[in-house]
Amino acid sequence: MSRRDLLIRKLLLSLVTMFVVVAINFVLFRILPGDPVRAVIGRNVKISAEVQQSLREQFGLDKPVFPDQFFSTLGQWARGNLGVSWSLRKPVAEILVAKLWNTLLLIGLGQILSIFLGVVLGLFAGWKRKTALDVGALTFSLIAWATPTFWLGIILLAAGSSWLGLPTRGIVSPENVGKPLYTVIPDLMAHLFLPTLTLSILYLGEYMLIMRSSILEVLSEDYILTAKAKGMSHWQVLWKHALKNAMLPIVTIVALNLGFTVSGAIYIETVFSYDGLGKLFQTALTKQDYPLLQGAFLLLAVSVILANMLADILYTYLDPRVKAS
Amino acid sequence: MQESWLLFKRNLADFWKTFRHNRMGLMGAFLVLTAILLAIFAPLVTTTSPNEIIRDANGRGLTFAPPFVHGPLGTDDAGHDVWAQLAFGARISLTVGFLAGFIAMFVGSLLGILAGYFGGWLDNLIMRITDVLLVIPDLPLMLVLVAAIRQLNLQISPLTVLILVIGLLYWTSTARLVRSQVLTIKERQFVARARAIGAGHIHIIRNHILPQIMPLIVANTVLILSTAILIESGLAFLGLGDPTQPSWGTMLNFAFDRNAISNNAWWFYLPPGLAIVWVSLGCVLLGNVLEEMLNPRLTGHHLEGEARVVKITGEEAAHAQHLG
Repeated sequence: MSRRDLLIRKLLLSLVTMFVVVAINFVLFRILPGDPVRAVIGRNVKISAEVQQSLREQFGLDKPVFPDQFFSTLGQWARGNLGVSWSLRKPVAEILVAKLWNTLLLIGLGQILSIFLGVVLGLFAGWKRKTALDVGALTFSLIAWATPTFWLGIILLAAGSSWLGLPTRGIVSPENVGKPLYTVIPDLMAHLFLPTLTLSILYLGEYMLIMRSSILEVLSEDYILTAKAKGMSHWQVLWKHALKNAMLPIVTIVALNLGFTVSGAIYIETVFSYDGLGKLFQTALTKQDYPLLQGAFLLLAVSVILANMLADILYTYLDPRVKAS
Repeated sequence: MQESWLLFKRNLADFWKTFRHNRMGLMGAFLVLTAILLAIFAPLVTTTSPNEIIRDANGRGLTFAPPFVHGPLGTDDAGHDVWAQLAFGARISLTVGFLAGFIAMFVGSLLGILAGYFGGWLDNLIMRITDVLLVIPDLPLMLVLVAAIRQLNLQISPLTVLILVIGLLYWTSTARLVRSQVLTIKERQFVARARAIGAGHIHIIRNHILPQIMPLIVANTVLILSTAILIESGLAFLGLGDPTQPSWGTMLNFAFDRNAISNNAWWFYLPPGLAIVWVSLGCVLLGNVLEEMLNPRLTGHHLEGEARVVKITGEEAAHAQHLG
């Protein structure tokens, strides 16, 4: 398949997925209780019936649900107008942007660490197949897979706080709240250590497994035998011929994993009271703050879809088998 | 009985001959079976009911009592026996996990067979749905769905909502696997012959395709079960379980919310998590072994063994030098 066809295909799929997410969000928004006018201006604000009626007309709520309301809501969302949070009484978009960076910091650190360690360990495990290292790596990844994220978080929280004296909640200590993050880096690191460790342990296993099976597949190719027959050492074969090809699937897996990473962030931020999107999502759920919940869902889903699309595009450029035409 | 089903039974007997020598598989089976037995015999292995409040000599609730001060696993924040909660929690966790897993297996197999066997627009539609579901982050979607369904006040129990949401979202991997198998099987000679002598679609699917893909479906179901149990525990931990029928996830939700960690009540937050790992690890071990046995893949690669392709002896080296 040519690169252009592939790109168009991926782009269309992303658009369809985006549409499905928006449609789900719209339908659920209508199912959930509460007047959409209330959702926009806040639940506890007192307003007269006339003002409500004029707002109703302003938001187009007197028009049919489909297509008028659907597309006008879509337009509002596209412009970043996600309504007002019931519990925090601030525009949802504003709250989301404030928490987004904290979550990106956590996910970013966790992903970089787990990808790096996963690729290295997976490479060795596949190369030294059936040795103690390989069996150990496989056992680790199986156990990591079977362990619930939040429970690992709870254990590390209990162990880290009682034995290492690490902070158990938040992103900085109370005395540092409000200061720019780069001025309190040691404190920030102490807070980030346990959540990042939890995230890394959980995703390390999966990257390791993918890398291991990928390197096994590459090492079974005839060009590896040719390289070996030329008298290259194992290290040379791995570095020059195997590693680059074996790393291709990692690109796709990183993107596909983003969905799981978001799930991981929800659990981990809840356990460590880490002030990010995941914690926000959980709070919105327990407080039944539906505008916030819908906004957070929309943001999380759309970011994952976009990241997947980017990874697909990147893949077509990295994989030489996809021909440019 | 149909000939192909007899074949299936014979394969099963052959399978057991190999399986009983596989340590990983046996270990997985052991983990899963012990958990099922605990769930079935929960009333026999506990002395108190999970909802009974244990009291001390003064009649006050015995809260956060360590193991063996009361029972094998102590008590929780309200004075409930943790071992009893764990044993009865097994019933909830396993029931929700297994039912959700079976729904996912059924939907996935059905859609996979339809897509693979009939092909065309139906195949296209089903595969695009799996593509879309694969990209939407699953946990946020489930949380929003569960919240919305609860608000509808449909009078269905919270556990049923969990079973349906998990079951109806986790069928995609099964559908893809089954579809790819059906695609290869339907091109085989025996299917072409059956079609040639006028066999109908249902006959072909039931008698020729299903027996062939059944082993793979079984292996995949065991793997799906571990996912379903993990997801259930996660949703329950986030407070979406049924507080009146606590599963292992709900127990962890209680432990976390009610300060078991700051009270160092490890007997409250360790056992439920270990139980979840126990079952899901059992399912993964069993499922992986089953899949490997039924679907043999790579057996070796070129960098195994000696560093050189041809061993050069001293004489040959001298000879090569002479030639060079």
